[in-house]
Amino acid sequence: MTGVMRRNGRLLIAIAALVVLFVAFIAIHPRHLSTYVLSIWANQGILLALAAIAQFFVVLVKGIDLSVGPIVALTNVVASYWLVGGPFEVGIGVVAVLLVGAFCGLINGIVVVYGRVQPIVATLATGSMFAGLALTLRPVPGGSVNEAISDALTYDIAGVPTSLVLLVAVLVLIAIPLRHTKLGLSMYATGSAEQSAYMTGIRTGTVKLAAYTAGGLFAGCAGFYLAMVTLTGDAGVGPSYTLNSIAAVVLGGVALTGGVGSPLGAVIGALILKTISSLMFFTGLPPLAQPFFEGAILAGAIILGALNVFRHRSRLQAFE
Amino acid sequence: MTADLASSSSAMRGWRQRVDFGVALVVVGCVVLVLLGSTINPSFLTANYLLQQFQIAAFLGVIATGSMFVILLGEVDLSIPWTITSTAIITTTLAGSDNGFATALAVPAGIAAGLLIGTVNGVGVAVFRIPSMVWTLAINAMLLGATVFYTGGFKPRGLAPAISIDLALGRTFGIPNALLTWLVVAAVSIWMLKRTVYGTYLYAMGNSQKALFLAGARVRRVTIATFALAGALTSFGGLLLTGYANQAYQGMGDTYLLPAITAVVIGGTSILGGKGSYIGTFAGALFITLLSSILSVLQMTEASRQIIFGAIILAMLLVHRGRSGS
Repeated sequence: MTGVMRRNGRLLIAIAALVVLFVAFIAIHPRHLSTYVLSIWANQGILLALAAIAQFFVVLVKGIDLSVGPIVALTNVVASYWLVGGPFEVGIGVVAVLLVGAFCGLINGIVVVYGRVQPIVATLATGSMFAGLALTLRPVPGGSVNEAISDALTYDIAGVPTSLVLLVAVLVLIAIPLRHTKLGLSMYATGSAEQSAYMTGIRTGTVKLAAYTAGGLFAGCAGFYLAMVTLTGDAGVGPSYTLNSIAAVVLGGVALTGGVGSPLGAVIGALILKTISSLMFFTGLPPLAQPFFEGAILAGAIILGALNVFRHRSRLQAFE
Repeated sequence: MTADLASSSSAMRGWRQRVDFGVALVVVGCVVLVLLGSTINPSFLTANYLLQQFQIAAFLGVIATGSMFVILLGEVDLSIPWTITSTAIITTTLAGSDNGFATALAVPAGIAAGLLIGTVNGVGVAVFRIPSMVWTLAINAMLLGATVFYTGGFKPRGLAPAISIDLALGRTFGIPNALLTWLVVAAVSIWMLKRTVYGTYLYAMGNSQKALFLAGARVRRVTIATFALAGALTSFGGLLLTGYANQAYQGMGDTYLLPAITAVVIGGTSILGGKGSYIGTFAGALFITLLSSILSVLQMTEASRQIIFGAIILAMLLVHRGRSGS
């Protein structure tokens, strides 16, 4: 038991924080716990959660993806063009939108792996291009989306929000391969010690390419789902997703140094951030004071997560 | 004959060692941009236009200097946007007040704000060991919140201090004061990086914090001092911008974060820290300014500007890596 506690300390703290915040949110919300309240919370939460999963894959292989936001914006804009018509057309459209996301991720991966440019600057540059492309396709927000599929994905199944069901399904679908397939374990290995991984015969380049592509795919999922929620395409949604996805993975116990963390952590981190801003909305604080408290709570949560630095036996440990 | 060849090739090698390839690349880039610009509009080659570009580049250059110090350390400072804006608001509020004492304090208070923000950044990174990318992001969010709360979301009232206006817009013997200011900042920075113990520590930290710690250096102090210095430089840049715009406004710093980091990186400084020269950052800031000037002269839409901007930065990074990495 203590072993489990120690190994998943960061994750357990994050889960506890989420539970406290969520209970406070429900207690404070004028309509309390209802399918309606839960659906809106989950619909907003899944957007950042998917972006956080995207960031998780890249951070796992010791990278950082500053183009998560631009990919969300680009796929959102593409979705506002392609998700119209009959069921067949919409089905093709969904696949195409997700492929656009994955392709963007692949480009990032190629630049990082074969171009050997540092991830932070590489994705800064590609992100600028993706954002420009999104803005070219849709200079002003607009477009439309098939409402049948939007309704199906944003309401509830027997009282449980569909987005929550989807999120759990996505988590199960990626958590198992991550821990039990060669590719998943290779990602952890590459992130924690690239040279050793290479020496043991792992094709670290290919593994990184796969991680960046997966990142792009999930950013594409976020862009697609955003179109489901807002029913339009907006090229200006990017910036908040990039920064919040990084904050989310760190809150969820994913190490920016690579090789540590789980998709569940990333999702918990994202839900914490979303719950904080929903909570702020109902606290009765003056609206102008809310951004400050949002920032302060974020900073507080990050410090809390960093407190294990005081458990170090010697200062040397801090540099490991 | 062979001796001749050998000596000339060793001379070449010496030249190459002195001039970093990344720096050369971005300097050539600047020249190409100016020549390219002159084919579109002949006034690009006039001294007046070039001096004006230097003047505008100076604002970015001063801010990028702070970024460079932090990046040499192997960290990154994402609190630049709202450090600039909050500095501008504090300064204009004080300068616009009726109290003579407050007016006199306007500029020192602005710089002090930057120092304080930088110190908080540094403490979080050095003492709590929080990744700088996340910690400075949270600080930026809090600064945004505090600023919005204080101003009520409106355009803040106040006056730009006379000294900011003079530094940003004035000219001495025909040379923009902003450029002269930047040159002073550059000279001091080069001196600090090359001739002081602090500079040596900074490069050493970027290469191996652990080794420097084991060697007995006070690594936490170096980190905190660097973030504080970067904060002060960012605020100083903010003061120049306040003078240039003759006002403070919400979000005035938003457009400086990515260009500042990009200027440092395309100038050949490693984002991992420990490697880079100030000349590169200088040329990098100039390059970014020239590039956006040309794109706006071409009357590109914002969207195409972003695409071209990203593509050119990426191309330069790829050429640089392809050449130096092996």
